[in-house]
Amino acid sequence: MIARIGLGLASIALACALVLGFRPPDDAALTAGAGADGRSSGTANSAGGAAAGPTADATQVVDGTVIQTRFGPVQVEITVSSGRVVRVSAVELPAGGRSGAISRFVSPILASEALSAQSARIDVVSGATYTSRAYATSLQAALDSAGL
Amino acid sequence: MSVTVSPRMGTIVGVDVRDAIDGDVIAEAVNAFFADLEAIEDRFSPWRPGSEISRIGRGELRPSDASPDVRWVLAACDELERATGGAFRAWRRDPGRPLDPSALVKGWAVDRAARRLVEAGLSNWCINAGGDVLARGAPGPDRRWRVGVRHPVFADRLGAVLEIDGGAVATSGLYERGPHIVDGRTGDLPQRFWSVTVIGPELGWADAYATAAFALGDEGLEWVHDHPAHGAVAMTADDRLITTPLARRHLTSFSGSSA
Repeated sequence: MIARIGLGLASIALACALVLGFRPPDDAALTAGAGADGRSSGTANSAGGAAAGPTADATQVVDGTVIQTRFGPVQVEITVSSGRVVRVSAVELPAGGRSGAISRFVSPILASEALSAQSARIDVVSGATYTSRAYATSLQAALDSAGL
Repeated sequence: MSVTVSPRMGTIVGVDVRDAIDGDVIAEAVNAFFADLEAIEDRFSPWRPGSEISRIGRGELRPSDASPDVRWVLAACDELERATGGAFRAWRRDPGRPLDPSALVKGWAVDRAARRLVEAGLSNWCINAGGDVLARGAPGPDRRWRVGVRHPVFADRLGAVLEIDGGAVATSGLYERGPHIVDGRTGDLPQRFWSVTVIGPELGWADAYATAAFALGDEGLEWVHDHPAHGAVAMTADDRLITTPLARRHLTSFSGSSA
């Protein structure tokens, strides 16, 4: 099921759709350190306090699982507002602990609104991306945890 | 205006349709587009053990016995490797993922699946597949698609804005976490540019050329320029923009200084 919404030109809210069967297979390229997966599974840091799952006015920040790769740990963080994903970013994780979300990676689709102050009427953003199973896995976990 | 977003190919793919036609027609076309992407991923993804690419990588399937599309892609990768002197390589030294044509397939998959939009009669749309863009027509009357290019250092800023009438924009760079692009000739990471953005008629080639040009370094822009209907914009580590003449014609604004 793909969620679709019609947008008014002023709207910035996009729904990130789940597609049935989108489950990355076990990945030989991930290192044995994948045991770290469960450590931050779906942590919800809700500004409004409580449960996972979107509520009418709450803005939540939801973390996906930490996936160990050859290049270091990857964790995706999503910001959900009124039941819609409004930001996707990668959390930078130094060895041995967590840091806050670093805005080095902002989803090109969702970034268009944030960048509009700098350059008017951008329709879309092109940028190099970190396309990998680790990212997709962590993102899926964040979406699951947010109930989307 | 309708936007559909779905996690695909390890990233997020969005389809923005501006045609003023029946919403059901758009929905059906977009669903068919995503279904095609899924089918392509099944055959091509090096992350799916059962894909033809994975099986070829493990030596379980001979390239000559693969499906026509896979054979075409592998042949195109071979040609790119020759044309770039090895800077672009699908066959890697990575034992976990020996065959990875993703640099071409990412864009090619979008080109192929986008046929569904065209067949449905849609002529004004823009696809963003994790930063690779394919557009047709226009976003509105008297307007052209405005494509922002991410600043390689400050993720919340743009380094440049390109205007296109339709066609593809693909960016390759090192600012994302992880050294995933190496110069196939030396195994080293290219240092000259932070990112290279290629404009061209099709996303598969734009994507592959951006990867190749980035890996080639200094020669990369000339190399893209030698391909008709393709242009390139590079962002350097010292905050400069370098463009080929074709890309310059599409450039509307930029931060930093230009060369």
